[in-house]
Amino acid sequence: MNEGVLHTLVAFGILVVLLTIAAGLIWLERRLLALWQDRYGPNRVGPFGLFQVMADMIKIFFKEDWIPGFADKKVFVIAPAMLVITILMSFAIVPFTPEIMVVDLNIGILFFLAMSSLGAYSVVLGGWSSNNKYSLLGAIRGAAQMISYEVFMGMSLMGVVIMAGSLNMTDIVIAQKKMWFIIPQFIGFVIFFIGGVAEAHRLPFDIVEAESELIAGYHSEYSGLKFGLFFVGEYLGITLISALITTLFFGGWLGFGFLPPVFWFLLKTFAFIMVFILLRAALPRPRYDQLMSLGWKILLPLSLLNLLVTGAIVLYFQ
Amino acid sequence: MNILFYIAATAAIVSTLMMVISKNVVHSLLFLIVSLFSVSVVMFIIGAPFVAALEVIIYAGAIMVLFVFVIMMLNLSDEEKRKKRLMKSKIWIGPSAISLILLAEMVYVLTAQPGYAMGQEVVLPVAVGELMFTKYIVVVELAAFLLIAGIIGAYHLGQKEKTVHHRYLKNKNQEL
Repeated sequence: MNEGVLHTLVAFGILVVLLTIAAGLIWLERRLLALWQDRYGPNRVGPFGLFQVMADMIKIFFKEDWIPGFADKKVFVIAPAMLVITILMSFAIVPFTPEIMVVDLNIGILFFLAMSSLGAYSVVLGGWSSNNKYSLLGAIRGAAQMISYEVFMGMSLMGVVIMAGSLNMTDIVIAQKKMWFIIPQFIGFVIFFIGGVAEAHRLPFDIVEAESELIAGYHSEYSGLKFGLFFVGEYLGITLISALITTLFFGGWLGFGFLPPVFWFLLKTFAFIMVFILLRAALPRPRYDQLMSLGWKILLPLSLLNLLVTGAIVLYFQ
Repeated sequence: MNILFYIAATAAIVSTLMMVISKNVVHSLLFLIVSLFSVSVVMFIIGAPFVAALEVIIYAGAIMVLFVFVIMMLNLSDEEKRKKRLMKSKIWIGPSAISLILLAEMVYVLTAQPGYAMGQEVVLPVAVGELMFTKYIVVVELAAFLLIAGIIGAYHLGQKEKTVHHRYLKNKNQEL
């Protein structure tokens, strides 16, 4: 098989696997939340309720594709697609193994940051175009939250970049052969994780949606397939942040040899996905101003300090 | 690569034009974002991936989000009135004349010097960093001063003692 065809197949395979994982996560999350809250969760359709997602998808596909009359139609349609597109684009730079990756960009991390900063548009435009005050409130919160958390999410990664000496994801994984970056870059990891939760607007940082005060925030007016895109996009976002944490701080595909590399990668990623779900079950939602002051007064100075100290130490030992 | 360049360049011009003539403010902002993307693709093709990434991160990803944010907050509604005002020749003749002069200058500059082939060498982030912190260090520092001044100014203007009406949340200054 020639190189180009193989590459296309790999890219397509990654796409299919990701969408399957994201859909499967919906079921997994509902079952796990139920377990932690002493109830059963979806267990009727298929063995252990495994086909629940399928049933939901069929329902979503057959729903009427409805756009509210007062909405800005074009923007309303673009917004959910934008979320899924930007997240799937970010996966292009994730090295699952040395062979399985879509593109080996020399500006890997920057590409991820660019795509994640574009993710803010889906929330903002979705909320604005719905022409609904709850949606608009959600969108305004979303814009502020995502812009602020992006700043130090990017900063926290610069420690890793300094230590690896490259923005390329493959180089970063290879630089972790001796020691995973979680040990020297622990502060970076914590900040990136918090920033990642906020970027994926998951609980505890889901004030963008905040169903108890804003109904569903930016996607109040969405239904059918477009809502489905927002829904799957959220789980894709979780998978993306978990995959990036694995790549940047936990040695990516590196493992102990008795298992194939891709298995190590999936194992670590899955562990972080579980942490995301546990967070949702365990933590309450902070107030909006608490979220902002945590970001700008604690996380930003910490990430700057981390950058400074890492840079100084690397220079000293050079 | 050449075909990609021409597609991206055309997209940039068309979307910028659409931005100017679009009647809805948010739509014209979206066209501006598309235009920034196209410019970023152009940058990538001519061998500057670092600049391309920064273009998307900073302009499309941060500054334009703030623009959209402000437009959303303002909630402009008297569009009909503004549209009429824009049609008056007094409003658009000045800017158009200046733009035409700039266009003429640019065409002259581009035609006066010999052309270069695209993508001869790819400038990697390391090279950009080295140049910025050796040759152009003064410019970088000046830009940093400017930004710091901006931040401090914004902080000073935005600083306001919040009046809280809840009895537990009152500030110390408010207590009697």
